[in-house]
Amino acid sequence: MRVLEKIRPPAGTAGCPAACLIKIYKVNSSQIDFNSVVNRSYEDMLKNAVVLTVLIFFLVLPLLIRSNYLLGILIVTGLYTIIVIGLGILMGYAGQVSFGQAAFFGLGGYTAAILSTSCSWPTPAALLAAMVLPGLVAALIGRPTLKLKELYLALATLAFGILVHILFNEGGEITGGPSGLMGIPYLSLGGLVFDRDIKFYYLVLAVVLLVSLAVHNLIQSRTGRALRAIRESEHAAEAAGMDTVLLKLQAFVFSAVLAGLAGGLYAFYVTFISPSPFSFHMSVQFVLMAVVGGLGTFWGPLLGSGLVVALGEALRWAVPLVIPGAGGEYQIIFFGIILVLVMVFRPGGLGSLFSPPVHRERPGRPGEKGVDDSVAGG
Amino acid sequence: MDLTGQLLQLLFTGFTLGGIYALIALALVTTFNITGVLNMAQGEFLALGALLAASLCAAGASLPLAFVIAVATLALLGGLLERSAIHPARHAPGLILIIITIGLSISLRGLALLIWGTEPASLPAFSGGGPLFVMGAAVNPQSLWILGLVALAVAGLHAFFELTYAGKVFRACEINRTGARLVGINPAALSFLAFAGSGALGAAAGIFIAPVTLATYDMGFLLGVKGCVAAIIGGLNSVGGAVLGGLLLGILEAFGAGLVSSGLKDALSLLVLLGVLLGRPEGLIGAVAGRKV
Repeated sequence: MRVLEKIRPPAGTAGCPAACLIKIYKVNSSQIDFNSVVNRSYEDMLKNAVVLTVLIFFLVLPLLIRSNYLLGILIVTGLYTIIVIGLGILMGYAGQVSFGQAAFFGLGGYTAAILSTSCSWPTPAALLAAMVLPGLVAALIGRPTLKLKELYLALATLAFGILVHILFNEGGEITGGPSGLMGIPYLSLGGLVFDRDIKFYYLVLAVVLLVSLAVHNLIQSRTGRALRAIRESEHAAEAAGMDTVLLKLQAFVFSAVLAGLAGGLYAFYVTFISPSPFSFHMSVQFVLMAVVGGLGTFWGPLLGSGLVVALGEALRWAVPLVIPGAGGEYQIIFFGIILVLVMVFRPGGLGSLFSPPVHRERPGRPGEKGVDDSVAGG
Repeated sequence: MDLTGQLLQLLFTGFTLGGIYALIALALVTTFNITGVLNMAQGEFLALGALLAASLCAAGASLPLAFVIAVATLALLGGLLERSAIHPARHAPGLILIIITIGLSISLRGLALLIWGTEPASLPAFSGGGPLFVMGAAVNPQSLWILGLVALAVAGLHAFFELTYAGKVFRACEINRTGARLVGINPAALSFLAFAGSGALGAAAGIFIAPVTLATYDMGFLLGVKGCVAAIIGGLNSVGGAVLGGLLLGILEAFGAGLVSSGLKDALSLLVLLGVLLGRPEGLIGAVAGRKV
């Protein structure tokens, strides 16, 4: 891996040999130079301090806000963050996109709801099943499609997402049809029953923290290094003997498991479930959250979910003032436009505002007058 | 109605549906082969074209005038979207491009919702008179118009690609983009034209089907997805495959809805897409139809 990092220009330095050299020098020196090692541990400390500060902020936040509505928004943002963390791994590292995350979210929700009501499973077991089932389904869809071009997983997940949404609506007694299922019990772990918003807030906070740390560690692990290698160059990773299809499949399954977890938590939080939150639009919003926050970054998912949820709330409030009588899901105009703008100008997310835009891995680079390659050419 | 009549009726319905899907798939395949972009906003072109024409008709314009204005507007819109969203990101990976077209798709849908609201709008049928009866099955004359448009579009595209100089340029770009550039063809201009053409064809298709299905702001999305299904069945690289895929899907859907359950009609085509993607991603017809375009 080190070798690969040395011979490949680091991201963000495309076409600029000087910048490339400086970065390579930095990589090398950080391994050798004692001062840099000290600097790095100082940086780590700083990072930890930031994480700690943010954590304390979210710990005391419920004491500052006294509105249950705001608390509810925070909880939902936390659930979205869990989903977006998974999607971020899939998009940022495995280079694949899923337009079906809302379906995995919904599968988790319905699994938890049905098992804990009709089958009267204990709630933790139902939550576990809410993670396992979407994972299995993802493995089933992902295996054949991931071997193909990136387009195909996008299409397969898109079709899967709409299909699952239709099944929720047409599911008769099992899913309760369009009106959904009611009377889902509160989640109880041991003797602790999460029956109030504030308790649930801390539960979600803990889960987000655990998932973030787990992902952080995953990225540092052998699997994480392999994923980063795929991100840098899939061909090089393959040449180095990595099973890229398997790694992508693992990332996809992982993202589905996280979405299922969020769905299960959602069911136990709202104690009611209907098909409407799991539509295709929600899947697009998850993609938007992932790219707005920045792919493959630690803070990206939290930032992206927070920004998109805040924007949705602001639009819900502002648009009727400007255009009276506007109803329905008019927010999607803005979500769509922002998604396009971010993808065109900042594919690295808003986190990359301070560094030049980098379109990954394509021989014809922006601004280059030379020959340009295309999918269609092949 | 006896069983033969019923089956025949379903077959006619299937051909009408299939014709619509074929039109969308045609635009998708042509654009995909020229630009490498699978335009997920294609269905929205149909919705916008139909809604615009319906508004113009309601405002007193004659149907042909409304048709021409709507088609021209959508051609312009298609080109504009290509210049503003696709062109600046043309070197990005396919992943980013498909996200962009999905972003465009939901923006256009939201725009249609803001302008036209949720009320469905209607267009008059092109020719008056009741349904024609063939062996006990009723045929809506509008279905014939739709199939006529499909035939015209296929013949027109075929003639354009095979017989004209400009068409040869497009084909050169499809076959080998780098090679096309080397001989002085500008793929960026072709990409613009492909999107403008998709807009025009989409608007025309939308106006042709509006008398049957009514025009609503959200009609485009599922149509676009089904057009995609048809294109994928056809292997994504052949115009003939796209048309066959569209007709096949339409007939399958009509029989599924008529014989099994109408609620699951949409689910059926998505299952077909998943099935094809999981089992035969090169398309069902691709191998048979063979040659590109």
